[in-house]
Amino acid sequence: MMLNDHLMKGHYTITTRNNNISSKSETQSSSVAKPLDQKESELLKNLKLAFAEFSETEVSVSLDMVVLRVEPGRLLDICESLKSNPKFSFNYLSCITVVDYEEQEEIFEMVYHLVSIDYHHKLAMKVSLPSNSPVVPSIFKIWKSADWFEREAHDLFGIQFEGRENLPPLLLYEGFEGYPGRKSFPFHEYEEW
Amino acid sequence: MEIDENSPNIHIPRLDGFTGIEKPLGAGYEPGQGNNPADSVFNRVLPNALTAKSDELFALARKSSLWTLSFGLACCAIEMISAHASHHDLDRFGVVTWPSPRQADVMIVAGTVVKKMADPIKLLYEQMPDPKWVIAMGSCATNGGPYYKSYSVVMGVDHLIPVDVYVPGCPPRPEALIYGVMQLQEKIKNDAKRSFDEGSLHHNYEEQ
Amino acid sequence: MQVHQQASEHSDAIDLMINMGPQHPSTHGVFRLVIWVDGERIVKVEPHIGYLHRGSEKICESEQYNQIVTLFDRLDYVGNLNNELAFCLAVEKLTETVVPERAEYIRVILCELNRIASHMLFYGVYGLDAGATTPMLYGFRERERVQELFESVTGARMMHNYIRIGGVKEDVPADFEKNVRKLLGDLKKGVEECDSLLSQNEMFLARTKGVGIISGDDALDYGVTGPALRASGVVEDVRVTDPYSIYERFDFGIPVGSMGDCWDRYFVRVEEMRESIKIIEQALAELPKGEISAKVRRIVRPPAGDVFIRTESPRGDLGVYIVSDGSDKPYRVKVRPPSFANLQALESMLKDTYIADAVLVLGSIDIIMGEVDR
Repeated sequence: MMLNDHLMKGHYTITTRNNNISSKSETQSSSVAKPLDQKESELLKNLKLAFAEFSETEVSVSLDMVVLRVEPGRLLDICESLKSNPKFSFNYLSCITVVDYEEQEEIFEMVYHLVSIDYHHKLAMKVSLPSNSPVVPSIFKIWKSADWFEREAHDLFGIQFEGRENLPPLLLYEGFEGYPGRKSFPFHEYEEW
Repeated sequence: MEIDENSPNIHIPRLDGFTGIEKPLGAGYEPGQGNNPADSVFNRVLPNALTAKSDELFALARKSSLWTLSFGLACCAIEMISAHASHHDLDRFGVVTWPSPRQADVMIVAGTVVKKMADPIKLLYEQMPDPKWVIAMGSCATNGGPYYKSYSVVMGVDHLIPVDVYVPGCPPRPEALIYGVMQLQEKIKNDAKRSFDEGSLHHNYEEQ
Repeated sequence: MQVHQQASEHSDAIDLMINMGPQHPSTHGVFRLVIWVDGERIVKVEPHIGYLHRGSEKICESEQYNQIVTLFDRLDYVGNLNNELAFCLAVEKLTETVVPERAEYIRVILCELNRIASHMLFYGVYGLDAGATTPMLYGFRERERVQELFESVTGARMMHNYIRIGGVKEDVPADFEKNVRKLLGDLKKGVEECDSLLSQNEMFLARTKGVGIISGDDALDYGVTGPALRASGVVEDVRVTDPYSIYERFDFGIPVGSMGDCWDRYFVRVEEMRESIKIIEQALAELPKGEISAKVRRIVRPPAGDVFIRTESPRGDLGVYIVSDGSDKPYRVKVRPPSFANLQALESMLKDTYIADAVLVLGSIDIIMGEVDR
C-alpha cells in the first residue's frame, strides 16, 4: 500500500478486511444491546465445561458479557487456568474496577475485565469482599497490567492485596486520609454565591 | 595621517544633517566635564526620543519580551501550545516559552491544579526571579471549574500564588490567551506609571 | 534537576538518582519519573503519577448521564470526541437505544478526524522530543485545520460536548461535506509532507530505530494497547476485532510494526492517519439523510445493570464500565484509560537504554495525563 518503498519493504503488514459494504442497509446499528454472539456463547459453553462445579448464578450473562462469580479464595487458581487454558487464553487483563455496595450489602465488588486477543472474546469476573476486611489475592504475578489498577484500588477504596503489602500511594499523596472512591467519602463542600 | 576635509575626493558623512545644527560630532565634549547630553550623538540622531522615566523604560522592555515558563498542566496546555505554534504564533508579542523557571518572567498556569501538584507549583513560583507575573488560564486554574466538587482539586491557583490575569474559558481559545497576554502587557506598563507615585515598581506580595 | 547519590546493589559503582518532572518540558504533562543511572545507562525507573488526579470518576456519580459527557471530554483532552463516543455507546447499550444512521456516520467522520488531529499533535511533539523543531509547526498546521472544521460543526475547538446519548447534538452545517472534502485534500497532502519531512530523516532514524523495544507478548502482559501494541506486531484494533458503532462497514487496514521500537510506534501512527482518511472518505460517500438523534428522554434513567464497552481511542483500548441502579445518576463509572496501562510498560521499555533516550521512549507512548490520572 502506501509504504515508503526502499526502507520498509516487507516491514509492514497491513491487513485489510474485505467487507461487503453494499449490505449495509440490512446491518443493524451495533450500539444496540445484542444477544450473545457466537464467540461469546462458545466461551459460555467452554466455561461451563471447565468449571462444572459452578452453579447457574456463578456463570451468568449480563447484556453481551459473560460474567463469572468467584470466591476470593479461588481467584488465583481460576485466573491461572483462564490464562493458560488454550480454550480461553485470556492473555490481556483490561481493567479492574471496585464497586462500593457498602451501604446496601456491606460488600465491595471487584470486577476484572478479561479479553482474549486470540479469540476476541471477553469476560467479566466478579469477586465480592466483605467491607470490614476487604482483602483479595493479588493477580499481579499473572498479569503485570494489574499492577497500577490494584494500586489505584488500594488508594481510592482501601482494598488490601495479599502478597502486596505497604503499597505506596499512586494517585493520591502521602498523608491523604480516607478512601475517596467510597460512597461514604463526601464531596468537596462549596459555597454558592 | 591627516585628512584634508576640503579635498573633493574625500567625503566625510555628517550626522548633524538630521537636526540642521551646523556642529561637528562631539563638539560639546570637554574633558573633565563628562558628556553633555544636550550635545550627545543620541540626542542629535533621535532628538528627545529616549527621554523617559527609568521605570517606564524598563517596563517597556519587560513587556516586550515576556518569557513564559513552559508548564502545561491539563487540557489548557494544548491550547497554550496551539497559541505558540504555527497558526497563532505568540512569538509576535515577544512571548517565548522557556523550560526553566530561573529565566522565566511569566507563569501560565494552564490547567487543573490538584493538591498533589500544589507544592511543586509554589516551588516553581518561588524559583522565578522578580519581577514575575502569573496568568491563570482557564476555569480550573481560576476557581476549580468543572471540578468544583472534587476532593483533590485546589479551587483556583490563587489559593497558592498571586495571580495577575485570569483568562476565562474551558479551555480558552488561543486568541483569548493572546488577549490575556496583551492585558498583562498593559498591566506592566500601567504599573510602571503608577509606581512613580508609589515609589516602588513591583508589588510586594508579602504585604498584600 | 535533583541529583542524589545512592550506593548500587550490584557493583561498587555509584548509581545516580535523577528526578525528571513533574515540571519538565518533555514529560507531556505533569508526570514524574525517577531514574537511576549507572553512567549513561538506565538501571531502574520509577514513574510517579497522580499530579492531575481530579477525581472525575467520583464526580460522575453525582451528575446526570447527560452531564457526564462534558467530563469525558476532559479525560483524554486530545481525543475528546472518541471519549464522548465511548461513554454514549455504553449508555446506549444499557438503555437499548437505536442511533439513527446519519448520526452514526457523523460520529465516525468526526471521531476519525479527531484521531488524525491527535496523531498530528503526537507527530509535532515527538519531533520536538527528538530535537527537530520544524515538525511541530507542520503538525500544528494540520491540527488547526481539523479544529477549524470541528468549530464549524460543534462550536468548540476542543471540548465539544457534541456526541450525545442517542445521537449528536445538532445537524452538521450545510457546507459540511464540501468542507470535509477540502479538508481531506489538505490532510492528504499534509500527511505526505509530514511523512517526508521526518520519517526517513537520518538523525531521526538513528535516534529512534532499535530504541525502547518491547515484544508483543510483554506488551500484552503489561496491558499495552493501541498503536503501541500494534507496533510490536500484534494485530489488535477494537474497531476491527470487536467492532462498535458502524466500523464494520468500512474497508481499512491496521498498520502493524515488526520490531516494537520507537520508530515503529511513530510510524504506525503516521500510517493510521492515512487509514483514517480512507474511513472518512467512505463514510462521507455514504452519509445518509435523516434524523440525527433518537428519541431520548431528557433525563436518562437506564435500567439497573452494568455494561462494559471497549472502543479504540487514538491511544488505544478505551473501556467504559457503568453500573446503573435505575436512577438518573450512575452508581459507578469506571474508565479504563489506554494511557494508564501503556505507561506501565515504560519500565520495561526503558530498561538498559541510555538516559538521553528516556524522553524519546516516553514520547513514543503518547500519554495524556488527563486520562492517566483521571
